[in-house]
Amino acid sequence: MELIVILVIIAVVVGGLVLLYNGLVTKRNRVDEAWAQIEVQLKRRHDLIPNLVQAVKGYMGFEQDVLTRVTEARANAVSAGAQGPQQQAQAENMLTGALRSLFAVVENYPELKANQNVLQLQEELTTTENQISFSRQHYNATVNDYNTSIQTVPSVFIAGPFGFTRREFFDAPPEAEAVPSVDLSLG
Amino acid sequence: MATFYDRIAENRRNSILLALVVVGLLGMLGLFIGWAVAGDPAAAIPSMVLAVVVGTIASLVSYYAGSSLVLRVSGAREVDEQSAPQLMNVVREMTIAANVPMPKVYLIDDTAPNAFATGRDPKHASLAITTGLLQKLDREELQGVMAHELSHVRNFDIRFSVMVGVLVGSIAMLADFFLRFTFWGGGGGSRNRDRGGGGGLQVIVLIVAILLAILAPIVARLVQMAVSREREYLADAAGVELTRNPYGLQRALAKIALDPEPLEVANRATQHLYFENPMKKLGGTSALFSTHPPTLERINRLRALGGQSPLTDIAQALRS
Repeated sequence: MELIVILVIIAVVVGGLVLLYNGLVTKRNRVDEAWAQIEVQLKRRHDLIPNLVQAVKGYMGFEQDVLTRVTEARANAVSAGAQGPQQQAQAENMLTGALRSLFAVVENYPELKANQNVLQLQEELTTTENQISFSRQHYNATVNDYNTSIQTVPSVFIAGPFGFTRREFFDAPPEAEAVPSVDLSLG
Repeated sequence: MATFYDRIAENRRNSILLALVVVGLLGMLGLFIGWAVAGDPAAAIPSMVLAVVVGTIASLVSYYAGSSLVLRVSGAREVDEQSAPQLMNVVREMTIAANVPMPKVYLIDDTAPNAFATGRDPKHASLAITTGLLQKLDREELQGVMAHELSHVRNFDIRFSVMVGVLVGSIAMLADFFLRFTFWGGGGGSRNRDRGGGGGLQVIVLIVAILLAILAPIVARLVQMAVSREREYLADAAGVELTRNPYGLQRALAKIALDPEPLEVANRATQHLYFENPMKKLGGTSALFSTHPPTLERINRLRALGGQSPLTDIAQALRS
């Protein structure tokens, strides 16, 4: 009789641990999946930018510095890929700012504004940027859910031993940086 | 101040309540008709159960066939990334925000700006928009409309409205059948009175059954329209929650309301599906029987969510 009681207790405890462990794995996989989604879009953006720079180069003799900033910001963003979400987010926000300046300058060139290729690239970059920002909401929500789980009872007791560690948020740009600061007083 | 989440939860509760009222009406009609015909309340229970079960099954079956039929009736053609790149991009953005699969996207050749969503669940969803909408709205406004439509998809509104529609239809059919049976069929009611039984009570039951048969279809229709209007508010609120930009949707609502062209492919059967009531130029529908809330009220509810003061004229929203 006692043996049965002990066996039942052991079974319940082990079963509980398995459920908690599986729950954490599911949540961690969701974080990874959401991050993979963002990475696809970031890669797409990095691939589109050289085309855009190529397309506007000929028209933009005077704003070489704008193009240089975009190219540099892109290079930074690409190399930040290996340094985790926090660094990557910073580099990407810089790139977003540089791109906005570029598109603001494009507004000054009627031929560029009518150029089908530029329009198409602008649409592609706009949608990619929107997709990144919507994916970011989803990613941060999954990270928040996962981080809360590994820090709260009862999962906290198995998170440490089984190597579940905190994940970083992919931060939104601060409002001040999101506003493009471009000198529009060009002839 | 009510947050988006409060508003969405409240709307969902209201919709469920209204649906229960319709099912309750159907059951009550079944009960009283059974009572009047069979002459005793216990014998009426099976007829009540039958009415509810048949109505529910009919509505469950119907949503499997609905969407392809609606698209065909509206003359919609499917588009892809090549034929409508910006539209597809905007829809894809919204599917990411709403965390739903990419729906099929259709274009309807009509210069009146409007849109609708159909399909029984997010995996089988289709969005249809008119060419007029694509031409007249800017990117932000288009995003607002697509967010509204995908919210319908995510909230299972289409399934819901189809099922409520069939329930309302069942009520109308049952009431109609009973009234014909009573007045021309030479009814069960008198036969039961001959057997003795309730006498005065039996007459009252018969009168209640007849009154219910007359009133239930009207009440059910009112409830259906109220559900439809609640769902529009809910989809507006949920749409803004997706885009995080209330102005696109507000401007789109105003632009479509102020557009003079009626949608030619819409009719009384499909009007409740659309983003904004397509029947505006046909006139004759009062507020109670309307499938869509007044546009100004929709805009002002969105403004209230963002803590802004209400507008007095739709055109003011175009400048926001």
